[in-house]
Amino acid sequence: MSAFQDTLIITQRQLRLLTRVPEVLIFSTIQPVMFVLLFRYVFGGSIDTGQPGGYVQLLMPGIFVQTVAFTLAGTASGLAEDMKKGLIDRFRSLPISQSALVVGRTLGDSLLNIVVLLVMGIAGYAVGWRPSSGAGNVALGFLFLLLFGYALSWVGALVGLSASDARVVQNVSFIVTFPLTFLSNAFAPTTGMPRALQYFAEWNPVSTMVAACRELFGLENQFGATAGSFPSEHPLTTSLIYIVIIMAIFIPLSLRRYRNASN
Amino acid sequence: MKSIIAEDLVKSYDKGTVRALDGLNLDVEEGTVLGVLGPNGAGKTTTVRILSTLLRPDSGRATVAGIDVIKNPEKVREVIGLSGQYAAVDEILTGYDNLVMFGQLYHLGKKNSVIRANELLERFGLTDAATRPIKTYSGGMRRRLDLAASLIVKPKVLFLDEPTTGLDPRGRQDMWGVIEDLVKEGVTLLLTTQYLEEADQLADEIAVIDTGKVIARGTSDALKKQVGGERLEVVVESQHVARTLEIVTTVAGITPSFDEGIRQISAPVSTGSKALLDVLKSLDEAGIHPLDIGLKRPSLDDVFLSLTGHSAEAKEEAK
Repeated sequence: MSAFQDTLIITQRQLRLLTRVPEVLIFSTIQPVMFVLLFRYVFGGSIDTGQPGGYVQLLMPGIFVQTVAFTLAGTASGLAEDMKKGLIDRFRSLPISQSALVVGRTLGDSLLNIVVLLVMGIAGYAVGWRPSSGAGNVALGFLFLLLFGYALSWVGALVGLSASDARVVQNVSFIVTFPLTFLSNAFAPTTGMPRALQYFAEWNPVSTMVAACRELFGLENQFGATAGSFPSEHPLTTSLIYIVIIMAIFIPLSLRRYRNASN
Repeated sequence: MKSIIAEDLVKSYDKGTVRALDGLNLDVEEGTVLGVLGPNGAGKTTTVRILSTLLRPDSGRATVAGIDVIKNPEKVREVIGLSGQYAAVDEILTGYDNLVMFGQLYHLGKKNSVIRANELLERFGLTDAATRPIKTYSGGMRRRLDLAASLIVKPKVLFLDEPTTGLDPRGRQDMWGVIEDLVKEGVTLLLTTQYLEEADQLADEIAVIDTGKVIARGTSDALKKQVGGERLEVVVESQHVARTLEIVTTVAGITPSFDEGIRQISAPVSTGSKALLDVLKSLDEAGIHPLDIGLKRPSLDDVFLSLTGHSAEAKEEAK
């Protein structure tokens, strides 16, 4: 019970940070909205989707997934900053639950994602995104996105707690997330990629997430190289498996790293 | 009763290549202040981190308030306060927010956390700055807030790791005042410092550490005695140097050393204040008024030099 309270206090701290530095919230939402507009109007005209409603229908799930994937960087740099400032030492010397700081941080980052996804959804709607699957499925899609973001937040936790220097963290997170989001079906069909990359893209969790969201938002998904393979046939199941695997690996690793933070 | 006991602590970093602690032993009597003095890299911070449960030693044993730090770290955390080299508070939050948050983490409840936060802000002279983010605080204010955060629940044992490193003289004086008040209230304090003056000022006993071991232990006076007796130092105007040298030689019975740059004549004396009076009387008879005169006991710097063969600062530069 007290572990739960401790976690909530840490989450509260993070929300308070957002009110103290509103720029964080503003820029975390401006960036994805900017992506929506850029991709919608730069690529939208030249990519033939063969789907009713045009490119923006395919694009939105892609940008949603990309945005929640960047939670990794947010959690990582937040924790690295806490390490550098000695805050982690202070928390670890307190008689509180030894997981509260990290759990609270990941939850706080997920709460931020709710706001960001909401704003993006509105921006998407404004430029023609119309999910056709009904409110229930759309909500389920967003829930799924939050869950994926939460899982990646734990990858970020390990990166942030392991980094020797807070400045490295941003770069590492970028190097991990950027190729993952682009070597996928998020923005363009994978069929144009070299064969080997097509396989990678197909099994890439970002692709399965995007495909799952497209399905939940009422679209037919398009996959490249190996139509009929497990991830292309069952994107939802595959994504769920990925999420479980990521959490099963990175939650214990991050917590252990935290407990040994200075060893 | 001993509030802190450390026995044979060993800790290596980087797969054993750097031995931070090499069989360190120390203990602190309840309600007293132990100053752990040593240059950078001597093992001060590692010692504090082990005693405050942040770090596990490779071998050795330690108890704080009678509780084993390795077997029961969570129990130790309930009775200690830790304030480190870096002000470990959230820079973006205000001083008030920080203290309330830590109060809640100590499970004081929201209401009591607010009361305690206000008390501590008042006590450390931070009430006016309470609603400002920490990043607008001066170095001294940050340290005081950090110290306040470690006192939310009155700790039995307090660890202060270099509490004044990086502070200006004014900030240091303020911090010393705050620490002295705490000690009067009876907290057991282990304080690390690389300032010899600071250990002298605040600590009941001093443990000098170098390369991961305690190399000397005792009161400031005892350590100074170990180095040698008092010195008489006198500064005069240049036309009086020759005559003054003669007077000091007569009184001390030994040829004094003379520092030309600051026109300071100094000599070891065994008769203390009597030697001082004799020299003053002779100078007066010769019509010489010294610019400065006094008996100097050896500084802890001298102690360090004589114990380790190198001065605290010299080692730091060598690193």
